[in-house]
Amino acid sequence: MSDRGKAAKAAKAEPALAGKAKRNSVPLKLRVPEPPSRPGQAADFSHIKLPAAGTTRRPDVSSKPEDMSELAYGLVRVLDDKGEAVGPWAPKIDPEILRRGLRIMMMTRAYDDRMYKAQRQGKTSFYMKSTGEEAVPTAAGLALDDTDMLFPAYRQQALLFVRNWPMLDMMNQIYSNAHDRLKGRQLPVMYSSKEAGFFTISGNLATQFSQAVGWAMASAIMGDTRLCATWIGDGSTAEGDFHHACTFAAVYKAPVILNIVNNQWAISSFQGIAGGTEAPFAARGVGYGLPALRVDGNDFLAVYAATQWAIERARANMGATLIEHFTYRMEGHSTSDDPTRYRAADERQKWPGGDPIERLKQHLIRLGEWDDKRHVAQFEELEKLVKDTQRQAEAIGTLQAGQKPSPKTMFEDIYCGEPDWRLRKQRQQFGI
Amino acid sequence: MSSMNMIQAINSAHVTLMEKDPKVVVFGEDVGYFGGVFRATEGLQQKFGVTRCFDAPIAEAGIVASAIGMGVYGLRPLIEVQFADYIYPAMDQLTSEAARIRYRSGGEFTAPITVRTPYGGGIFGGQTHSQSPEALFAHVVGLKVVIPSTPYDAKGLLIAAVEDDDPVIFLEPKRLYTGPFEGHSTDGVKTWAGHPAGEVPDGHYVVPLGKANVVREGSAMTVLCYGTMVHVCLAAARETGIDCEVVDLRSITPLDAETIIASVNKTGRCLIVHEATLTAGFGAELAAIVQQECFYNLEAPIDRVTGWDTPYPHVFEWEYFPGPARVGAAMKKMMEA
Repeated sequence: MSDRGKAAKAAKAEPALAGKAKRNSVPLKLRVPEPPSRPGQAADFSHIKLPAAGTTRRPDVSSKPEDMSELAYGLVRVLDDKGEAVGPWAPKIDPEILRRGLRIMMMTRAYDDRMYKAQRQGKTSFYMKSTGEEAVPTAAGLALDDTDMLFPAYRQQALLFVRNWPMLDMMNQIYSNAHDRLKGRQLPVMYSSKEAGFFTISGNLATQFSQAVGWAMASAIMGDTRLCATWIGDGSTAEGDFHHACTFAAVYKAPVILNIVNNQWAISSFQGIAGGTEAPFAARGVGYGLPALRVDGNDFLAVYAATQWAIERARANMGATLIEHFTYRMEGHSTSDDPTRYRAADERQKWPGGDPIERLKQHLIRLGEWDDKRHVAQFEELEKLVKDTQRQAEAIGTLQAGQKPSPKTMFEDIYCGEPDWRLRKQRQQFGI
Repeated sequence: MSSMNMIQAINSAHVTLMEKDPKVVVFGEDVGYFGGVFRATEGLQQKFGVTRCFDAPIAEAGIVASAIGMGVYGLRPLIEVQFADYIYPAMDQLTSEAARIRYRSGGEFTAPITVRTPYGGGIFGGQTHSQSPEALFAHVVGLKVVIPSTPYDAKGLLIAAVEDDDPVIFLEPKRLYTGPFEGHSTDGVKTWAGHPAGEVPDGHYVVPLGKANVVREGSAMTVLCYGTMVHVCLAAARETGIDCEVVDLRSITPLDAETIIASVNKTGRCLIVHEATLTAGFGAELAAIVQQECFYNLEAPIDRVTGWDTPYPHVFEWEYFPGPARVGAAMKKMMEA
């Protein structure tokens, strides 16, 4: 036996830890986070402390991330309870843009309601509403340039309305009918529009977040002027892709805006399961050296202002910003779940952040730029618009009836160019 | 005995395992309070407490990795990945870690984890809620791959998987959760009530891994299948009137080659059916084994009926799904050979 072998044998005979074994004498316990309320209990949001609007400082866009880290733990709020825009974050914004934002949010809500019902009527397989969080994509979309690139998750349908994408085209996708540009391949709401700068939505969570950073890096490599913005849910921040995005964005100072939509729930899991009760999601940016903002996501003006701040910074080649939008998912995750099974029934009524549509409406009325009569008229007009568009889409087809895409298209777009011998053979077997 | 659908049988397997062994812990996305999006873990958190059954962050790599760590400690984690289509972030932990910990540590460390995950189409899930990834895992040495086709098998195989000392990928045919589905898209929903394999023992029993089940004896041809396709193949045999021997493989790793070879040597014909795409699917492995072991008894070329080599399209679910019409046509063609 070599000396080393003998030494190893000797070490084995006398364990290195001998004599230390009793140090851990207290039985350890596993903590599993629980939300403050569950079905059968009254909703409890007492843990949420909303700072008064206007009280959070607005750092200069050239601030070092470490000099503004308290913003990751605060909350940027602009609209006060009376609908007044107050404090350093109150953006100078044309009332026309505010009215447009209100219209898009109302359109999104009307659209969501109709499409949800269409699923319930068996006209499609699946739907996801964005009720309660319409301000997040709408305000950000309006603050961005129309040529900036968007890598959305599945609850930012309002971005397409911001870019004036036709509602009929969106409905055709929901129905997987003959006019669906995605050829019936994708689950409803997984839109794609290269023309609108709206990246194809994936059913796999978080993947877009790090891809968006890559797009932004490309824009910088090429000396382009376009920024990129991306969205992720609170739950999905647990995926590796979130962390890859933060690392790459920080390392390369990528011109990207990283939005976390904290709507409190990931299907049945409250945000604490993703780590949200340990520290705000925005605070993750601090560790990566990213400037991080935490904003009231139901405050249209706060979302707009925070996005503007991030845009200004990115355009000045100072890199990425992480923004947490603090909002609330008023409905279930999708048509596949029943929220009364996992959360208190009156949560929606008790959510302290209010309704983004009501809050912007109140602000516009206060400015003298809107009134109840116009609001009701717009509501009715949008209901009719959605209904009429739905009729047009259904005249083409739904998932269950009418015209479908050609089944031949099933074998296309798998590789570039013409299908290879294998796919041609299978297409033949299929009978077309 | 109780009448159970496949979800209830899987739930019952959890209860049986957790009652018997405090080292069995259950976690995954939405599996705790809510009881899973398909309800497979319903009631477990209330019954066994939050440290035995809990919600996990949306991080499949993290779920699998933490299960491996628990397995190394000596627990038997039974985890859920919500859809098989979501398992890929965990591929590194499964293929480079779980599969090889025993080998690389000279047998010192093991990761006896079981990863349950619903797979397959038939619920209009589109390309991200319909995939059949069994061949990817069968290709990884060190992983076992189990696919039940009935409530009875689901419970017995799941207990066997968790009690097995190796990592097991347990693929659940989600279309079969509530009833035996024969593949006719226009069929109403059938339930497991009244089906012989819907009668499930309440207590502990095991369906051993690596033991195929001849679900229909026959002499004209052997049909190799698993999961959802077992019921499709039985329907096709009935509808064509061809005397098929339908073999439900139950697990593809370990594989019951003995039963497969004996059946094909008897019938002289072999049709392989799976829902996954054709190219490099598990059918290719089966065909290779059959041609090597049964070549001199074959009276027709081995054939495969599978999903097309395309992603699973939302609107063309039933054009993609290898239903009884396609399976039946292949059976007839094989008899003419």
